[in-house]
Formats: sequence, C-alpha cells, structure tokens
Amino acid sequence: MIRMSSKNTKRNVGIVALVVVIIAAVAGGYYFSTMSSSTSTTMMPETSTMPSETSMMTSATMTETSMSSVTSSAAGWQPTAAVSLLGAGATFPQPLIQKWTVTYNQIYPSVTISYSGIGSGGGIQQITIKTVDFGASDAPLSNAQLAAAPGLVLFPETLGGVAITYNLAAWGIPSNTTINFTSQVIAGIYMGLITKWNDPALVALNPGLTLPSGHITVVHRSDGSGTTFAFTNFLSVTNPDWASQVGFSTSVTWPVDTAAGAIGVGAKGNPGVSGTVANTNGAIGYVDLIYAIQNNLGVGAVKNAAGNFIVPTIQTILYAAQNATGTPNPQDLRLHIVNASGPQSYPIATYTYILIYKDLSANPSTTLPKAQALAHFLWWAIHDGQQYSEPLDYVPLPANVVAADEQLLLTLNYQGTPLLP
Amino acid sequence: MQTQVQKSRAQNRARHRDFLHLILIAAAIAIPVVAALSLYALINGSVDSIQAFGFRFLTGTQWVPNPPNGGPPILGALPAIYGSVVTTIIALLFAVPISLGIALFQSELAPSKLRLPSIFLVELLAAVPSVVYGLWGLLFLVPFMSQYVDPGLLNTLGFIPIFSGQSNGLGMLTAGVILAIMIIPYGAAVMREVITAVPRSQREACIALGGTTWETMRMAVIPYASTGIIAAIVLAMGRAIGETMAVTMVIGNVARITPSLFLPAETIPSVIANEFTEVAGNNIYMAALFELGLILFAVAFVMNFIGRLLIKKLTFTGRMTHV
Repeated sequence: MIRMSSKNTKRNVGIVALVVVIIAAVAGGYYFSTMSSSTSTTMMPETSTMPSETSMMTSATMTETSMSSVTSSAAGWQPTAAVSLLGAGATFPQPLIQKWTVTYNQIYPSVTISYSGIGSGGGIQQITIKTVDFGASDAPLSNAQLAAAPGLVLFPETLGGVAITYNLAAWGIPSNTTINFTSQVIAGIYMGLITKWNDPALVALNPGLTLPSGHITVVHRSDGSGTTFAFTNFLSVTNPDWASQVGFSTSVTWPVDTAAGAIGVGAKGNPGVSGTVANTNGAIGYVDLIYAIQNNLGVGAVKNAAGNFIVPTIQTILYAAQNATGTPNPQDLRLHIVNASGPQSYPIATYTYILIYKDLSANPSTTLPKAQALAHFLWWAIHDGQQYSEPLDYVPLPANVVAADEQLLLTLNYQGTPLLP
Repeated sequence: MQTQVQKSRAQNRARHRDFLHLILIAAAIAIPVVAALSLYALINGSVDSIQAFGFRFLTGTQWVPNPPNGGPPILGALPAIYGSVVTTIIALLFAVPISLGIALFQSELAPSKLRLPSIFLVELLAAVPSVVYGLWGLLFLVPFMSQYVDPGLLNTLGFIPIFSGQSNGLGMLTAGVILAIMIIPYGAAVMREVITAVPRSQREACIALGGTTWETMRMAVIPYASTGIIAAIVLAMGRAIGETMAVTMVIGNVARITPSLFLPAETIPSVIANEFTEVAGNNIYMAALFELGLILFAVAFVMNFIGRLLIKKLTFTGRMTHV
C-alpha cells in the first residue's frame, strides 16, 4: 500500500512538472515571438526612409497627423534606437498625455512612452528623486520645490478650466439651469458662511430662479490636487479674507469642514467629487470641466474680472488664456490665468505643466537616445499633439504660449549639446 | 515486508520531523525580521514628526498641512484615530452577531442542500474588491442612508447625541455599515470552521439532558468554540481598521471629532491614502503620515488586546452562569 501511494505521488509530481514545463515553454515562446516582432518593427522605419518620403506619407498613421505641419526644428528626425520613456504625475492631463503617447508610438514605433497618473505631488516627487524621465504637475512649482531639484524646468502643455457644479434636481431645478456665482459667494460657501441655497446673496445673483431652502453640502477634494490649486488661487486673488484665512495650495484646510451649521465633505479625485455631487441633493463642488460635462452635472456661471457671468467652455477658457498670458517669459513659464481680463474670459482656469531637467543627463537613467526621443516627443506634443485637445475637452495652447514653450525646448541639452537642432 | 514497512514509516517520521524543524526555523527568522523591518521603516520615517510634535501629535485636533501664512504645519492625529476606532466599533457591532448567526446556520441548522450554496454566497462577498464596495457605497448606500436610514434615526432617536445633526449620507455610520458588510465573510468563515470542529459528544450530551436546539448551541457549542470565535472577531477587526479604499469613498474625509455618526469624518488609512501623493518637499508632513501608520499599528494592537481581554472575560462568566 505504501509503495502504491508513493508511486502515485511520484506520478502526480511528474504530471505537475510536465504541466509547469509546458506552461514555461509556451510563455517563453510567446515572449520570444513578441521580442522578435518588436525588433522587426523597429527596423522598419530605417528601411522605409530609404525609398522616398511619399511612401511614408501614404501610411495611415502619417496621414492622420500630417494635418498640422511638422516644424523645421523636429522634421527629419528619426529615432536611432528603441527607447522606452517613463513619465508620472498629474491625473488631470492623463487622458491627453495617453492619447499623445499612443499616437506618437504609432508614428515612431521604436519609442514607447508610459505615463502614470499618480497626482501632481507624486509627479514632482518622482522627478525630484529622478526615478522618471519627465514629471507632470497641475500646479506651478514653488521656488522651494524648484530649489530642491536643481536644473528642473517646467512648461505648460495644455490647460483646462475648473467648473462649479451643483445638484438641485430634488427641487426641480434641472442640470441645464445655469446658476450665477461670484467669487464672494463661492468663498462664503466654502468658508461655511453661506449654508442655504436660498441665502440672500445667492438669490440676488439669480433673480429669475426660485432657489430652494435646502442645506448646501459643500464638496471639496480630500487629496492634493491641481484643481484645488486653481480653485483656491482664484479665491485668493479675488477675496482678501480667503487669502488671509485659507490661502492657496494643492491642499488647504477648508473652513467649511469645521464651521457650525455647515456640511463640508471631502472626496477623492475628480471622479469622487463629481460622483458625490451627483448623488447628494443640494451639493456643490468644483471639478475639471470635463467631469462636469461627462456626468451631466449643473455648471455654474462665474463673474469674471470684467463683471460678466461666464459659463466655462473651451472657447471662454481659451479667451482667458489669450488675455491673461501676454508674452510669456521663457525663463519662467509659471503662468497664472485666474481672474483673467477680457469680457468673455472664464475666470477659473489653469495651465498644467511638464517637468523636465534642462540638461537631461542630470537624470542618470536618461541616456542620450532617450533624451533625444523625449525632446522630440515634447516638441511634437506642443505642436501636432494640440489637435487632440478639443475632442478630449482640453483647451489647445494659445500661439503665444507655444512660442514660449519652443524657446524653452530649444534650450534642452544633453551634457551641453542641444537636443533639438 | 513487515520490517520494510516499519523502516519506511520511521524514515517518514524522521523526514516529517526535519521538515517541521525547517518550518520552525524559517518562522523563527522570518516573523521577527519582518516585524522589525516594518517597525524600523515606520519609526525611521516618522522621526521628524515625533521630534516636531512629540506627544501633542496624539492629542492635537487640528490638521493644517499648508497654513495660509506659510508657517510650519500644525498636525494632530486625534480626529483620524477617533474616526478609525468609531467606524471599527460600528462595523463590529453589526458584523459580529450577523457572522455568528451565519456560522451557526451553516454549521448547525442548514439543510445540506442549502449549506454549500450559502457558504459559497457568503465567501463571494470576500472576493469583491474593496474599491467595488466603495463605488457601491457611494452610488447606492450613501443615497439610501441619507434618504431613509439617517432621517429615521434622526426623528426617533435624535435626542441622543450620536444620532443628531444634519445628514447627507457621507459619514461614520455609512462607513461602519460598509465595513461590516466587508468583514462579515471573514468572521463567518472562521466561526463556521471552529463551530464545525466542536465534537459531536458536546452536542449529544446537551441534547441528552433535554436541551433544545437553541440551548445546545448556546450552552454547548458556542462556549466550546469561544476561543475560535474570539480569533474570528479579532481577524475581522484587523481587516476593518486597516480598510482604506471603501472607507475613503464614503466617510467624507473631514478632520473633525464629532459625536454625531451622520457627519463626515476620517480614518487613519483614509488620511494616508488621500495625502501621501502630495507631501513632496515637506518633510514634517511626510513624517506625520508615517507616524499615522505607526499609530495605526499601535491602535490595531491595543484594540486587539482589549478585544481579546473583553471577550474572554465575557465568555468566561457566561460559561459560569450556564453550567
């Protein structure tokens, strides 16, 4: 009997070993087949440049992107080796950056770029300790943060607006009703001074509406966020009380949380805020515009510097960017566009930034081929990449900012050698 | 033939003993090393905060990481500790009786046709990822609580401070309820195992003395399995106090100590999850979050200890009165 059972276990072990070997063989075979296919694709561009440029243009990927002209500085560049680049940071531009990385990879198959949305603070931290090739942040870096990472530069790659959203459906006010807000009223709500929807201040701004007597549930971000930075920056610029008591930052201490009679609620991420507003009667929140549109929430009009109530759209945010920026200084592209001038400018908007070392060799993991590919990708992103902004509800960069970005990108170098000719 | 069998048996036994020793040595090395490493990492990370705040960190009720005047951060952990303890207690209040009921049903009462499906269904609850619980909580439980449960409690028991105040569904009660649902499968599975392991003779003795099914469970089965039931409760509590994602999504994330269970609060894991990505370049803030992790370690340990002590005492006196 013992013999029998030991034989059985031996047979079982044999079967298990066989299965493991088969799995290993299949996995190994698959790995090698993908390896060889990827190396064969990296060979392709080099061979296909030989016949003529027209054959390149007929390929599907090129016709898609050839709508806007490739500028002289980047034209004719071809990756010399297969490289993979790593970026990390803000979640707000993540859908756009991912669209860029996928499209860029279709044009230049040997360049693979992965971007992880870990939050602006995480992006700043990762680029400071040099674990990624580029970072991204919604908030411009403070002087202290820049001092912590010598040689780090930042430039805007896209911009977006922050929408004031609300849910009054329980009182028969549909989400397509526009409620007017001023900086004073928004600050009052987030400081816990205005706690009812029919507060005289709100009623005075909205003469045509019958606002309910319900409580306002005030929703803010619980995690640090560039959206919070833009929102609190607007309130600080326009409201001295807010500036002295709360200030502006990626995360602030909200007075409404502890104010008597007021309900403040923190939610994680734009999806958390929009979800909480959508599920709470009488809630108000601030989110990136795209989340308000996608979740079919009410979007408020905000009084701008010219005294007009403006609803956030791609057009009104672009107005703000054009009016507020002027001629940017390429040496310091930390641009503030809250409370922009101009009759049609939406007042709560913010640029979001790419973080990169001016001398890319400062990051020991960035080799010369990687640096060349990264510089070319960023150049591509502020030119050809901008056409993908509007379909994804981002605002394309105005021409004056693109020009300033170009000035900065041309100074990128690898141990002193410029990367973009 | 006979000697061969004996020989191989002796060999087997020796091999078994060797294996046991090997495992023992591995455990003796691995457990202290892992414990020491994690404690070292937590303490090392939180040195700045311990030096800056000292004991005030445990008693402070304010959480101001970025003061508007640009001064040093003011950080106190008491709201987070309070929120963690209260939500865990609410979760256990709901989960322990329900788990015990499920375990008793599955091991003592269920007809064999229902037994396996019910076990499968309860264990399915354990397989649901916590972020899915959080989404369900935000989209279903929060509106449900704010429309039906909270107003009902407010109107009937509103004179008690814990049921007072304005409700919008996001708060400690909702977090406690969702935690209870999440820890029920763990509690129920362990309790079922220990109750099934109670010897038949215990039940038969009680039935022979004229005990009903209920009396058999109450006097023979539960006291015999009490140690295992305590273990199940402690396991469930450990999961509740460390749960992050689902709680973050429904608790409201506000640093405040309030008696009302309806109002938003925060727990230690939710603070860490919310704020860890934004601490770059702020050493004291970073260290404070590490210290929160250390406190979570300590709070879990203390609650574990108190829980064991309390339940042991209760079940002991219980047994005395029954026998």
